[in-house]
This record gives sequence, C-alpha cells and structure tokens, in this order.
Amino acid sequence: MATKKIARVEVKKTYKLFINGAFPRSESGRVFEVTSRKGEFIANPSLASRKDLRDAVTAARAAHSGWSKATAYNRGQILYRIAEMLEGRSEQFASEIALTSDVTPLKAAAIVSESIDRWVWYAGWSDKLQAISGGTNPVAGPYFNFSIAEPQGVIAIASSPSFLTFIDAIAAAVVSGNTTIVLVPGGLSVPAMSFAEVLATSDLPAGVINILTGSLDELAPWAASHMDIDGFDISGIEKKRRGALKEAGAENLKRIHAFDGKLSPTRIQAFMESKTVWHTVGV
Amino acid sequence: MTFEYAPALESRSIVEIKSKYGHFIDGKFVPGKKYFPTLNPATEEVLSQISLGTTSDVDKAVAAAQKAYTKTWSKMSGKERGKYLYRIARILQERAREFAVLETLDNGKPIRETRDIDIPLVAAHFFYHAGWADKLDYAGLGHSPQPYGVAGQIIPWNFPLLMLAWKVAPALATGNTVVLKPAETTSLTALLFAEVCQQAELPNGVVNIVTGDGSTGATIVNHPGIHKIAFTGSTEVGKKIARAIASTDKKATLELGGKGANIVFDDAPIDETVEGIVNGIFFNQGHVCCAGSRLILQESVADEVIEKLKVRMTKIRVGDPLDKNTDLGAINSKEQLLKIGELSAVGDAEGAERWSPACSLSEKGYWFAPTIFTGVTQAHRIAQEEIFGPVLSVLTFRTPQEAIEKANNTPFGLSAGIWSEKGSRIFWASQQLKAGVIWANTFNKFDPASPFGGYKESGWGREGGRHGLAAYLKTGKESGAK
Repeated sequence: MATKKIARVEVKKTYKLFINGAFPRSESGRVFEVTSRKGEFIANPSLASRKDLRDAVTAARAAHSGWSKATAYNRGQILYRIAEMLEGRSEQFASEIALTSDVTPLKAAAIVSESIDRWVWYAGWSDKLQAISGGTNPVAGPYFNFSIAEPQGVIAIASSPSFLTFIDAIAAAVVSGNTTIVLVPGGLSVPAMSFAEVLATSDLPAGVINILTGSLDELAPWAASHMDIDGFDISGIEKKRRGALKEAGAENLKRIHAFDGKLSPTRIQAFMESKTVWHTVGV
Repeated sequence: MTFEYAPALESRSIVEIKSKYGHFIDGKFVPGKKYFPTLNPATEEVLSQISLGTTSDVDKAVAAAQKAYTKTWSKMSGKERGKYLYRIARILQERAREFAVLETLDNGKPIRETRDIDIPLVAAHFFYHAGWADKLDYAGLGHSPQPYGVAGQIIPWNFPLLMLAWKVAPALATGNTVVLKPAETTSLTALLFAEVCQQAELPNGVVNIVTGDGSTGATIVNHPGIHKIAFTGSTEVGKKIARAIASTDKKATLELGGKGANIVFDDAPIDETVEGIVNGIFFNQGHVCCAGSRLILQESVADEVIEKLKVRMTKIRVGDPLDKNTDLGAINSKEQLLKIGELSAVGDAEGAERWSPACSLSEKGYWFAPTIFTGVTQAHRIAQEEIFGPVLSVLTFRTPQEAIEKANNTPFGLSAGIWSEKGSRIFWASQQLKAGVIWANTFNKFDPASPFGGYKESGWGREGGRHGLAAYLKTGKESGAK
C-alpha cells in the first residue's frame, strides 16, 4: 500500500535570550505568546527576568573594555559585517516583521532594506566620530589641550516595537564602543531573536549586544535603578512613564535619553563622554 | 636666625560694601523681606546683610527673565548679543582689582588667586563666549540651534564669580536669559556683577540675581517658568535636582563632586611633581571639585615624594587672605570647617597617619592647616569621599594597571593627574582614566576654550569650549529626556 504523500512538517525555532554571545532560556523558565494579527500562534519567546537582566549587565560590563579599545576601523568592519549578514537573510526578516506587526509584506521588505542601510551608515561613523566630536582647544598658556569623545560604558535600551528603531538604538550605542542590553517588547521579539543570530555570525565579541525579550514594564525599572548601567535609551517607553525611570536613574546619575527617530550623529554622541587632556609644552 | 616676610596687604579701600543688598531683578535692585549676614571667613567680621530669596522673589525674577527673553533677547541678533558680552568682559577687566578684593573678603581665598586666576578667567569667559554669539550655526550642533528660554543657575561658594561666569556667559551667548542664585555665603561679587550689567546697559531682565539659601535654589529648580537648570555643587544635591526634574521637560547640566586621582609614576620629575601636588590639593584651600585629593604614588618613589612634599608644605604660608604672600587662605565657612574636621577625624580613626606642618592659625576666623594622610587604603572613607578642604590622602601602587584601577575606583569621574616623563605612558594612562579632565604634568588649569565636566556621578554635560554651548541649545538630539 502506497503511503499518501503529505506536506513536510516544518522544523520550528525555539526562541531564547541572547546573553554573552550564547542563547540561554530565561532563568525564570517563563515564556509569553506571540500571535499574528489574526490571532494565530507564532512563537513562545522567553519572558526575561530581573536575574536575566543582571546576567546581561555582567556580560556587557565584561565586554566593554575590549570593545571600547578595539580600533575604530575594527568596530566599523564588524558593524558592516552585520549589514552583510542581514542582507543575506532579508527575506526571512521581512516575513517575520510582516507576520508580527501591522505592516504589509512590501513595507516589511522596505524596513529590512532600510535597516541594512542603517548598519552601513553607522559603520562608517566609527572612525569619524572624533573628527566631529573633539579637537584641540586653544587655551591661553603653554599647554597642548585636546578633547576626545569616549563611550560611556554599558547602555540599556528599552526598544520601541518597530524593527527599524530597534536597529537604530543598538547601532547608535555600540558604534562608539559602548556595550548594550536591549529590552525588546512583544512581537518584535521574533525578528529581534533572529537578529541575535545575525550578531552571532558577525564577529561581534560576546557580550557587546545582549538581547532580552519580555515586558518593558517589568524590566525597565530594574534597568533604571541598576548601578552598573551608565546610560539608558528610553525611546520605547511612553512619555508618561519616563519620569519614574529618570527618577530611579538619578541614583547613579545615569545618562537617560529618548530620541525622535531623526537620523543624526548626535544620537551616537548622546552616549559618549567628552574627555579633555592638558599637557605641558616645553623643552 | 629666621627671616620673616613683612605683611604685604592689599588695600580693601578699593571696594565699597553696602550695609545690605536686595535682589537684582529686571535691571534694578529690589529689597528683600528677610536678611542674613555674610561674613569674612578670615575674621568672622559681618560684611553685609543679604536678602533671603522667597518664592515671590523667584516668581518676579523668572517673570522678568521670561519677558526679557520674549521681548528683547530672543529677537536680538547674535552679533548684538555678543557685543553686550564683550562690554561685560571689558568692564570686568577695568574693575578687576575691585572684584578680586571683594572676592577675597567674602570667600577667604588668597588675593594672589583672586587677582591672578579667578577674575582674569571671569573676564576671559565672557570674552570667549561673546565671540560665539553670532557663530552658533557653525558650532556643530545643527542648523540654527535654538535657546531653551530661561535658565535657572545655582552656583557654589568655592569660585563665586568664576562659577557665575561659567554659567552666565554661555547662557547669554546662546540667547537664553538667566535667573541666578549665588551661594549663601558668597553673594557679594555676584551683586557687584549686577552693577556691571547695569554699566554695560544689558537689557533689563536678561540677568536676574536672587540671593538666598538652599530653599531659594529649590524654588528655582521647581519653578515651572524655568526651562533649563545649570547647577554646580555637591553630588548629593545634584541627584536631588535630577529627581526633582525627572518628570518635567527641563534640561539640566550638573557639575558635581570629585575625588581626583593624582598619579605619580617613578619616572616623574620629582621637584616639578611636588609643586603640582601642592597646586592640586592646596589651591583654593582644597575647595575645588576637581582637586587632586588622592595622591597615588608608585612605591619606588613614594618615600622620596612624601619627604619632599613635607618640606614643601612647611613653606606654605597660611594666613590673611589679603596678604599678597599668602598661599592658603581661610576655610569658607564654619560649617565647611566642621566637615573637614570630621572627615579628617575619620581618617585618624581608620588608621591613616596624619601630618601637618607647624603653623600658627588665627583664633578668629575659620582655618585648617594643610594636611596629608599617609597609609591610606581604598577602603578608607578619606579615599572615597570628597573632603573639599586642604587634606590629601596618599596611596601607593606597584604596576601602572594597579594605579589605574585605584584611580578609577570611586563613583566620581571628574579629574585626574598624571606625572611622568614618558609620552606614551601619559597617553596610555589618559586613555584608561575615567575622568572628564586630565592634567598631565600639570594640575588645576582652566580655560574658557577647554571643556570641563565629569564622568559617572561627577555630573552631566560640559562647560566651556564648543562642547559647553550644547548645554544651552536645543540640538535636536532628544525628544523627551533629560
């Protein structure tokens, strides 16, 4: 008796977190359900906990020294490599974005193209930031005095639900040498975790970008009060909830910013710190 | 046989101090309701009575600043604004000696410093920023960057007029108007500056000065008519301000505390280094947020440096701030003297070894001998907390990496010093240090063209240079935060 020919069963992906270059499940064992607009089940991403956030901060802090001391040329090439890896998987990203958000497939494809181009744009900034940020200062005395811009350290990001703003926030933070913990809400978790796979194949050192999926309401207050986070991009937090986060962040004077989506190097500079060095001049 | 310096007193007759002062609002002095005394900390003599700013005074000042912003200052071209700043700079130069004497009387710092450092830098700040007023389009902050409106500025007592200049000059150059509160113990030079504004015919309400205490400052911070806060002071108050404005659209720059590391490598030129250590911690009685208050010595030269430092410290002349030979003046207030004494006692109790040269301190006034603590470890409070006085904590290190770890091991990140003859080592160390200002083979140098400000809990933003302009202009960077 001949077996009836049936369609092949698809191998579906398990969604986990991205911490220190690895893909662990949430230590809490929790997940949440992502569905399509029509209510069909898509995935069970991990619902990250406070402990996951702490682990991610530890990884980001450990990665900071190496990443910030990498040459700007090297960082630029790695960011460009991310664009290359994303390009190769653009169809997958377009379909995940279309499936999990309110955009048409055509629009989703356009978002992916723009996201790839953003990585290229940011990659180019790595070795030009000093040229627009610092310089020598003509002080009135026998001193050589110059200002340079340095990354602040560990930056948390509460991402907006759209893929392009997620990309913007990460690229702007890491191009200067910061390391990050990205908090990703809802349906964005699906393309965000696929993006983690792109990062894992882009020669990006472990811990530079860590991605936690789950609830911003739950995780953002912990990030705001964490004493080893230097800066916090709260663009993904609605305006009326930002005050409480800024209040919590005052404990270590975190640099807390939200951005309007305009493409500008000032977004990169917002998470940089200016250092001025004086040196005597003489024989 | 000993040689003594004869006193070389600067005359105080050059400056006339009124018996009491009102606030400077909308171009005029208006009397306050309540007054408090301001003292000469070197003698405890009451110099004058200062108005205690109330909510109604702050309201009037903010209203005047808003009116001046809408009606005059925001309509004026940068070129014309700049000319007012140039006028102010020139008048400050003309009246420099008067300001220097008054600052020394009210603050207690030596006339040598007010005359040669504070007041010349004040004039330089106005002159520098005057030139920016019509060039803001080229400051790299986007096309036609716009001012915020009314800036509320709260300044400390350690460099009273200089901190006023750091705040007022960039605010005015960028087209903002100002409500400024000087520190409670040092209002006099700000009030004399008000006269300079009058002489310069600065439009009424562009600069308003409300005197008072912390409560007056809090009223300014919380006032709904203020769009931008600029504060220099303690990290504790800075955090309070950050919390107070968290749910508002107000922007803030904060210049806060520090615990500057002054690192001496074994190849440093020792005699020059000792001069730099003295300047780093005893300049301005150590009332300097960026003071080199932690000396971090490489073990192999530690004994030699400490020995020479002690010899040099016996030559520091502590005494009448109006004497041109004085190196170390009076502590600014009784409150600060107590704080320095308390933290030094903690140093003793925690087992560090205290040393001061023999010096006779006047019974009147507030004095503290130059002091070093040796045998300090990172766990000691005197290695972590800002003393804000002439007290130096000495630590040692073996490897350059250890020096950096110790230097960076505080919540602050304002300043650091590096002493070495080796260029590559200096650049290596300056890359590793988490500090906003680094002095290599020098210390405590300031210039209006040089950005100043800290990492971490030393604050937000920069003052001075092109960077400082960003604090007073909407740069299009953000939509909602900070």
